Amino acid sequence: MELTLSDVRGHSLDLRGIGHAFGATVALDEINLAVAAGELIALLGPSGCGKTTMLQIIAGFLRPSKGEVRFDGARVEHIPANRRRIGMVFQNYALFPHLTVFENVAYGLRARKTAKDVVAAKVEQMLGLAQMAAYARRLPGELSGGQQQRVALARALAIDPGLVLLDEPFSALDKNLRLDMQIEIKSLLKTFGVTSIIVTHDQEEALSMADRIVVLNKGRIEQIDSPDALYDRPASLFISSFIGHTNLLRGTVTETDRVQLDAGPEIDLGRSVQRRRGTPVTISVRPENIAFGGGEQPGAIPVTIRATVPLGAVSVTEGITASGEAVKISQARAAGIARAQAGEAAWLSICDTSRVSVFSTPVDGVPDHQQRSV
Amino acid sequence: MTPASTTASRQLLPVVPLAALFFAAFVLPLAALVLVSLFRDPQFSGLSPVQYLRFLSDPFSLKVLTDTLWLGAEVALATLILAYPLALVYVASGQFLRTLITFLIMLPLLTSTVVRTFAWIVILGRDGIINSAMLSLGFWQAPARLLYSWEGMVLALTQIQLPLMALPVINSLLRLDGNLTRAAEGLGASRARIFLTVILPLTLPGAIAGWLLVFAAAATAFITQTLVGGGRIILMPSYIYQQAVGVQDWPFAAALSLIFTLAVTGIVFAIGALSRRFVRGVDAA
Repeated sequence: MELTLSDVRGHSLDLRGIGHAFGATVALDEINLAVAAGELIALLGPSGCGKTTMLQIIAGFLRPSKGEVRFDGARVEHIPANRRRIGMVFQNYALFPHLTVFENVAYGLRARKTAKDVVAAKVEQMLGLAQMAAYARRLPGELSGGQQQRVALARALAIDPGLVLLDEPFSALDKNLRLDMQIEIKSLLKTFGVTSIIVTHDQEEALSMADRIVVLNKGRIEQIDSPDALYDRPASLFISSFIGHTNLLRGTVTETDRVQLDAGPEIDLGRSVQRRRGTPVTISVRPENIAFGGGEQPGAIPVTIRATVPLGAVSVTEGITASGEAVKISQARAAGIARAQAGEAAWLSICDTSRVSVFSTPVDGVPDHQQRSV
Repeated sequence: MTPASTTASRQLLPVVPLAALFFAAFVLPLAALVLVSLFRDPQFSGLSPVQYLRFLSDPFSLKVLTDTLWLGAEVALATLILAYPLALVYVASGQFLRTLITFLIMLPLLTSTVVRTFAWIVILGRDGIINSAMLSLGFWQAPARLLYSWEGMVLALTQIQLPLMALPVINSLLRLDGNLTRAAEGLGASRARIFLTVILPLTLPGAIAGWLLVFAAAATAFITQTLVGGGRIILMPSYIYQQAVGVQDWPFAAALSLIFTLAVTGIVFAIGALSRRFVRGVDAA
């Protein structure tokens, strides 16, 4: 029998006003999210942000305290997980250790009482796509992490799911393999045209995999945007420090388009910051948006160099401002610039002020950079 | 002595007391038992394997052995069937209920076998709880004979040996990765299918360990067999007792003991070996 991939279409997913509480602890609050059929979405957030709860609600393992879950417009909260046509890929893959690779991939088809020859043909096709055909008779314990992951994905896709949910799918892989698997799995999911949701706390994973990223924090959605938009136009201080590396500098609004930095200079942002004069603000400047300037000029920040770290393609230099704030500068190493020496004084300038984000300084201080890496 | 062997003997030093006790209280009596079983008659006149031939050619003795092994198998199966629902409830429960279930499972282990057996006599007896309840409710016209029956014995032994089954089954169920059942559910499997294709195969080592423990314990449960079975049902433990203490035929009693021991351990090893061949992808418990 011939199976054509273009037939397989994902569900659209609609979450409306989802809230969930475990006892007195609110895990999710007012979650609204519309996912188009075939879209690849990442749920990104630190540990305990509610992303796993959200995944369990979509999968049907958990019934939300309030709100609606809709697949293709139809409500599904009352439908149990085993009747939702969802492919799950777990963090530890959760392959059945007592079943061979073939039997693992066949499991969902057999549970649906599929005819024997159809099962064999489908499993063969899936294992072929996952490049695991040669391993059909092995047990999961005899496979490497990457191979187990391929089998887990093949098993999830074999049931022609309307939705694939991947829970921290790459965290068990070592770093070198991770990017390869991300590319491979993204292309497999796209080939199938299946709607996919990846839960992760790793921003690089979210950036490399997803069409759109949903950033969750403390049970709420902070921003839903494309990876580029999230990086260039973070909606909050939390996101600017959670996605990628950034420098946060404190200051005060002096004119509608100007901020006086504690570090010294007054910056002309070339646009309204939409805050009153005198408002304490924190600006976020990406390390690659900062360069060593020629000397004292308007907007240049004086720093004392602390250290320079070569990181392969780029080298990162850290300087300390007069106000004690650390500023990282990322430069392409091919440029052949002389490396700044520790203890030297230098002037820094912001390359593109349109890519600087401005936030009101929170009362409880600037978020700690470290919360990015969990 | 070479330095290496000195180190080795030093390492073995701490086990000497246990080894000595084991030798004196187990190896020596066992050797004595083997020796006694080889005497020709109760008067200990001359050595001969005649006791073993006598057993093997006697249909009554062979029936006692198979009955006893069958009792062990039946009780082990009954505890297995009861242990799974109990273990599933345990695993799904919160902390309070778990503590309560653990306590209830352990409770029989904290009372003497004699006490528990007498409790069953009170329950199963002619004027016992079951009979008087069924009679006064009008379900039964005459009291049923529950005590001194095979079924009564299986029932009592099942309750008494349940902890030996429940604990290893609960333990292997607790070690089962919850994502596996969630994966099966996500793939569309019904609860029954999840149990049969995921939970049961992956907890089989625990179930087999429990089965072997209960089998050995129930087959050799002299007190319960004798008291609940009464004098009517002859099983190996009481048969041995009768031959040794009643008939004073020590060589035959010794031969019976050894044959019984070999039969029970043989079955335990055979099932253990079989299970290792058929259980895939799970650590043996």
